[in-house]
Amino acid sequence: MSGEISFSPNDKYNAFLTTCKKAPHGSGKLAGVAVAIKDNISTKDIETTCASKILKGYVPPYNAHVIDLLKAEGAAIVGKTNMDEFGMGTTTENSGFGPTLNPCDTTRVPGGSSGGSAAAIAGGMVTMALGSDTGGSIRCPAAFCGIVGLKPSYGRVSRYGLIAYSNSLEQIGPMGKTVADVSKLMGVIAGYDRHDSTSRDKPYNHTPNAEIKGLKIGIPQEFFGEGVNPQVADVVRKAIGRLEELGATTVPCSIPSMEYALAAYYVTCTCEASSNLARFDGVRYGPAPDWRKSWHDAYQEVRSEAFGTEVRRRIMLGTFALSSGYYGRYYSKAQVARENVRADFNRIFADVDVIAGPTMPTVAFKLKEKSDPLSMYLADILTVPANLAGIPSISVPCGTSEGMPVGLQIMGRMFEDERVVDVAYAYEQEVN
Amino acid sequence: MADPDGQVIVGLEVHCQLDTKSKLFCGCSTDYRSDGPNTHVCPICLGLPGAMPALNKRAIEYAMKVAKALNCEILNESEFSRKNYFYPDLDKAYQITQYDKPLAEGGYLEIESDEGGEKKIRLTRIHVEEDPGRLVHMGNVERGKYSLVDYNRAGIPLIEIVSEPDMRSPKEARRFLNKLRATLEYLSVFDSEKEGSLRVDANISIKGSERVEVKNITSYKGVEKALTFEVTRQRNLIRRGQKIERETRHYLEARGVTQAGRSKEQEHDYRYFPEPDLRPLRVKSWLDGIVLPELPDARRERFMKEYGCSLNHARTLTGELKLANFFEKVVASDKAGLSPLASTWIADTLIGELNYRDMSLEKVEPAAMTSLVLLLKAGTITDKSGVEVLRVMLDQRQKGEAAETPDAIVKRLNLAKTVGDTGAITKAIDDAINENPKALEDYRNGEAKAINFLVGQVMKKTRGKADPGELNRLLIEALKKREA
Ligand SMILES: [Zn+2]
Repeated sequence: MSGEISFSPNDKYNAFLTTCKKAPHGSGKLAGVAVAIKDNISTKDIETTCASKILKGYVPPYNAHVIDLLKAEGAAIVGKTNMDEFGMGTTTENSGFGPTLNPCDTTRVPGGSSGGSAAAIAGGMVTMALGSDTGGSIRCPAAFCGIVGLKPSYGRVSRYGLIAYSNSLEQIGPMGKTVADVSKLMGVIAGYDRHDSTSRDKPYNHTPNAEIKGLKIGIPQEFFGEGVNPQVADVVRKAIGRLEELGATTVPCSIPSMEYALAAYYVTCTCEASSNLARFDGVRYGPAPDWRKSWHDAYQEVRSEAFGTEVRRRIMLGTFALSSGYYGRYYSKAQVARENVRADFNRIFADVDVIAGPTMPTVAFKLKEKSDPLSMYLADILTVPANLAGIPSISVPCGTSEGMPVGLQIMGRMFEDERVVDVAYAYEQEVN
Repeated sequence: MADPDGQVIVGLEVHCQLDTKSKLFCGCSTDYRSDGPNTHVCPICLGLPGAMPALNKRAIEYAMKVAKALNCEILNESEFSRKNYFYPDLDKAYQITQYDKPLAEGGYLEIESDEGGEKKIRLTRIHVEEDPGRLVHMGNVERGKYSLVDYNRAGIPLIEIVSEPDMRSPKEARRFLNKLRATLEYLSVFDSEKEGSLRVDANISIKGSERVEVKNITSYKGVEKALTFEVTRQRNLIRRGQKIERETRHYLEARGVTQAGRSKEQEHDYRYFPEPDLRPLRVKSWLDGIVLPELPDARRERFMKEYGCSLNHARTLTGELKLANFFEKVVASDKAGLSPLASTWIADTLIGELNYRDMSLEKVEPAAMTSLVLLLKAGTITDKSGVEVLRVMLDQRQKGEAAETPDAIVKRLNLAKTVGDTGAITKAIDDAINENPKALEDYRNGEAKAINFLVGQVMKKTRGKADPGELNRLLIEALKKREA
């Protein structure tokens, strides 16, 4: 049955940039379910800004492929959620329209960049949302807000309509209150799309199964080493212990390529971003510049005023890294480092079924705590390896530290999204 | 010391629009020329945020046909890259093109050299890319108030064919282009008549000096003109003892000159990197499925063998697909009988008359040309009358007037030769001799001029319809009789 749902949440956390007071829905697997959408996913007739002033007022004339799929299954698109501008951040503080607060503690950040989607779920405004994950942007806010978030295998969900930040790393993925919700949403959005040449014909038709007896779990030493808060590490170790109680066995392992993972990640994403974001020049989007100037000057004016600091920083880093004479030193080296990460995972996955560890090295930061970019970049260390390798990874709440949620991260073999969902489900069923 | 008379060295980069039905990365139609601005666009070719390219396989097939026809090597793996630069007609602020892994490398195209023989021009590479949009300046570029952008052209598939610097004159460059055009048309992947379907950048140097790049050449004639201008300019500079600067110049078609570009434009750093939204191309195996049609060289050989055409006629006739097809239709009913006359009349006379009128071949029906050739072959009209008939035909067809058949024209203008009616010629000859006793006397004294004079007189009397050969024979016969 199709109809309309009213959606007027009391958004104390600034989770939404746009809400749809009357949201139409159809029939299907998600009939009448309110779904919030990260604001970098194109929605026809609904403003889509990537939380950037440069896209203020941009109303896409087309739907991202995942939006068409959601609507075909009856979902109600109830609003667009806040994020770090173009996905560039780990706190949702880099939004052009103000930060989102963490519903678990409003003096803290919800994580990022899909912080709005996580806060909308944690704050009880919706049960499901879409996020996107370039280097942890689904899993980080899921961990910080105490919800579930899945970064699918690269190619499993169409990116058509996702406003690109770093094409070779990112995926749209489901976020929800429970693993079952996430799995259900994944079932709707996964599959081949001829509009996305990197998408694969790997539909997801899975009902979570809590049976994990005999499962082999790799425990990489790097995920519990330097830079990881000991209390957080303890909470996660205990959670893994619960999985062992359910019949899983653990195997210590190592991902030596992680030493260069963060560098490879930041080189790749800034290079791709510098190119992706070049189209925002004031000719078609954003505030009109003073066109009496030469077009070079006009471009400069728009881009220096409408982009935030972090976006400008990453565009400049990427532009530099791609420039003549540096390409070989940065971009192509970063691709070699990615290959090494992939090779490490392949080696480990020859012996184990999944790899587990903390999602984030700490619990949610205080607002404005991460003021220098480098310390913020370091917070991504545990999430970027999955993006570099393209493998699926889920974050499921596994307890608290300092009263804040901690996320257990489970990574799987390429295209074995079902398995990481099952492990997360088994844990969730065990503790509830 | 540079020598002003040194060898000219030319290399070309030719961009051709592939004549596919839809654009390179989206489903928009490529048939935009007769429609309003921004009517053939979608999120993909507008570069809207979030839109992604999806490769049109047909465009790759077309490009591979070209590569195969030009004897190139298809790379095992090629890839698309982004060429990043800001320009208002470039919707994404990058062009999807191919950089260090093009579709094909090597190969060659044979052209007629300045010395008259065949000569191989080596090719460096062929790659596939998307056309940018187009700026429409309101007023002129310098003083216009504003410019508008039309994205209809954005995403049209292009191939860029890069040659080695193997051409030695502007004429050879022109011949290279003509041959390339013919080859692409034979392959049915290119329509040279579509406006802007071809763009050429040329590198030209005088041996021993720096090379200059001339951009923005958009016509076949323009290549020869632009290069001829450059040769003169560069030679003059060298003669005056000046150095040729390595630079990029723009060809101004209307004025036929090249002009130095602003130096800033030459400092581009395109920051190429692989297009992450497309997967690498592994298409070499498609080659097996590509069957090439008869190409210009093969057709030229066939025309010589099958129709007995001379090398020059065969070259001209097969140098354009339409012309070659036209010729074959004209002679189809009687290859052996019609070919000798038809090849001269089409390759020399018709082409000359069409060029003079700037008229396209399409306006002439092959059947009409067949009729004309039949009239000539049967000796119904003289060559002179044949030209007259052809001109009337072309004038009528160009002006869109009622198009008469050659037979109707001959009848209306009473151009039929007085063949068979030797009586009329004999009478005219007798009259001419009787009226000019002085000429008869001169003939008897051995003055050859007298014959020419008498021929002229007979021609006048028969209004040009007498066959010159026949007339000569009969006149000499008559004169000999009187000698006796
Ligand atoms: Zn299009």
